[in-house]
Amino acid sequence: MDAAELVEGVRAGKRRPVARLLSLVEENHPVAVEALRELHDATGGAHVVGVTGSPGTGKSTLTDRLIEHYRREGKRVGVIAVDPSSPFSGGAILGDRIRMQSRSTDPGVFIRSVGTRGALGGLSASTADAVKVLDASGCDVVIVETVGVGQAEVDVVRLADTVCVVLVPNLGDDVQAVKAGVMEIADVFVVNKADLDGSDKVHAEVEASMSLGHPDEDDFWWPPIVRTVADRATGVPELADAVAEHRAWAERTGHWHTRRRQRLRRQVRDLLHRAVERFAFSGQDPRDDFAPLFEAAQHGESAPQDVAARILDAFKRS
Amino acid sequence: MTDRPIRVLVAKPGLDGHDRGAKVVARALRDAGFEVIYTGLRQTPQQIVSAAIQEDVDLVGLSCLSGAHNTLFPKIKQLLVDEGAEDVVVFGGGIIPDDDATLLGEKGIEAVFGPGTDTRDIVTFIEKHPRFNGRFE
Ligand SMILES: Nc1nc2c(ncn2[C@@H]2O[C@H](COP(=O)(O)OP(=O)(O)O)[C@@H](O)[C@H]2O)c(=O)[nH]1
Ligand SMILES: [Mg+2]
Repeated sequence: MDAAELVEGVRAGKRRPVARLLSLVEENHPVAVEALRELHDATGGAHVVGVTGSPGTGKSTLTDRLIEHYRREGKRVGVIAVDPSSPFSGGAILGDRIRMQSRSTDPGVFIRSVGTRGALGGLSASTADAVKVLDASGCDVVIVETVGVGQAEVDVVRLADTVCVVLVPNLGDDVQAVKAGVMEIADVFVVNKADLDGSDKVHAEVEASMSLGHPDEDDFWWPPIVRTVADRATGVPELADAVAEHRAWAERTGHWHTRRRQRLRRQVRDLLHRAVERFAFSGQDPRDDFAPLFEAAQHGESAPQDVAARILDAFKRS
Repeated sequence: MTDRPIRVLVAKPGLDGHDRGAKVVARALRDAGFEVIYTGLRQTPQQIVSAAIQEDVDLVGLSCLSGAHNTLFPKIKQLLVDEGAEDVVVFGGGIIPDDDATLLGEKGIEAVFGPGTDTRDIVTFIEKHPRFNGRFE
C-alpha cells in the first residue's frame, strides 16, 4: 500500500491500513511521514488517556474495563499497549492482550501492542505518531498503557491529555516508586486492587504527598483518587468520570490547549531531530559522504564539534 | 528508518487449558529477537484473526492439544484470507499425526511441529521463510 491508499483506508477506519500504517510508523518509514502529514487534519478529536504504573498493578485489566465502559457509551476506542523489549535479544513477549479480551472482536476497538526495542529515545515520538493514526481512524478515546518505571516511559505518557497513575496496596514505597517523576504527572490517581488490605494506607499516602508543595493557584487541578477493583469492574464508572472531569477542567482553564501546544512543539522537535539524523546517518553508520569527516576526527585531526558543524552546513545547503 | 523485528502472534485456539508449550515457544522466539504477541488460552478463530490483523503480524503460530486442529487451523487460515491477510504465514504445533499434518499443509498451514520439537527448528523455519527474503541469513 502506498501513502495515498493508507491515508484513504485510515480515514475510512479500515483495520488493515490502520495496522499497516502503525507498523510503518514504528519503523519511522518515509511513507509513514508522508501519510501522517496527509492525515493531520483528521487528528485532534480523540481524548488521549495515559495509564501508567508498576508492572502487575492491573493496568491492562483496567484498560479492558475502560474499553467496555466507553463502548457502552458508543465511543470508539483505540489502545496502544507498550511493554519492555528484552535488552539482550531486542525481542519481546507482549502479553497485555491477555487481559484485554472483553471486546476482542468488536470493530469499534483497535488494540496494538508495542515493544520498546531498546530504542527508548524514539519511543515517545513513535508512540505519539501511533496515537495520531488511531485518532485519525476515528477513535474517540485512545488509551496508552505504559509501565511507569523510567524517564522514557514518563515521556511517553506525557503525550496524553489525561494521565492516570495506577497504584496498589502493599507494593512497598520503593517499587511503588513510580516515584517522584511519575507521581508528578498524575491527573488521576487510581488505587486498584481495593479488595486487598492496605488500600486505605495507599490512599492516605497519596493524599499526604499531594498536600506537599503544590502551588496555591486558583486553577490548580487536585488529582482525584479513585479506588477500583479492576477484576470486578468496581469503580470503573467513577474512574471514567474522573477522566472526563479532568478534561472538562482542562478545557475550561486553557490547560488542554497548553498541553497540546507543548505536544505540538515536541513533535516538531522530534521531526527535526529525525530529519537531521537521517541526513547524517544510515542506521548506526555515518552516510558515505560524511564518513571521511568521522575518520578525520577519529585520527585526532578534528573535533566532533567540527564534524557536526560541517554536517549542519551541508544540511542547510541541501 | 529501522527494520522492525519479526512479529509473531502465538495463539491457543480450542478448549484445552495447557499453554506450557505455547509459552516455551514464545520465550524461544523472544530470545531469537522476535516480537511475540501472546493472547492467552481458549481463543476463538475470530479472536485470533482479529488480533493478527490489528497487530500486523508476519506469522501466526497456533498451539492446540485438544485434537481440534483439523477444523481450527484451516478455519483461521481461511478467515485471514477473507480479511485480505493471505500473506500472513500460519504454522502450528501440538499432538498432530503425520496424516493430519499433510492435510493441514494442503490447507495452507505451512509447517507443523510435533511434541518435542527443538525450538531452534521453529526459529530456523521463520528466519528462512521466503517472506523475509534472506534478511536473516
Ligand atoms: N485482587 C485483585 N487483582 C487484580 C485486580 N486488578 C487486576 N488484578 C490482577 O493483577 C494481575 C496483573 O494484572 P494486569 O492487568 O496484567 O497488570 P499490568 O501489568 O499492570 O497490566 C492479574 O492477575 C490481574 O487479574 C484487582 O482489582 N484486584
Ligand atoms: Mg499490562
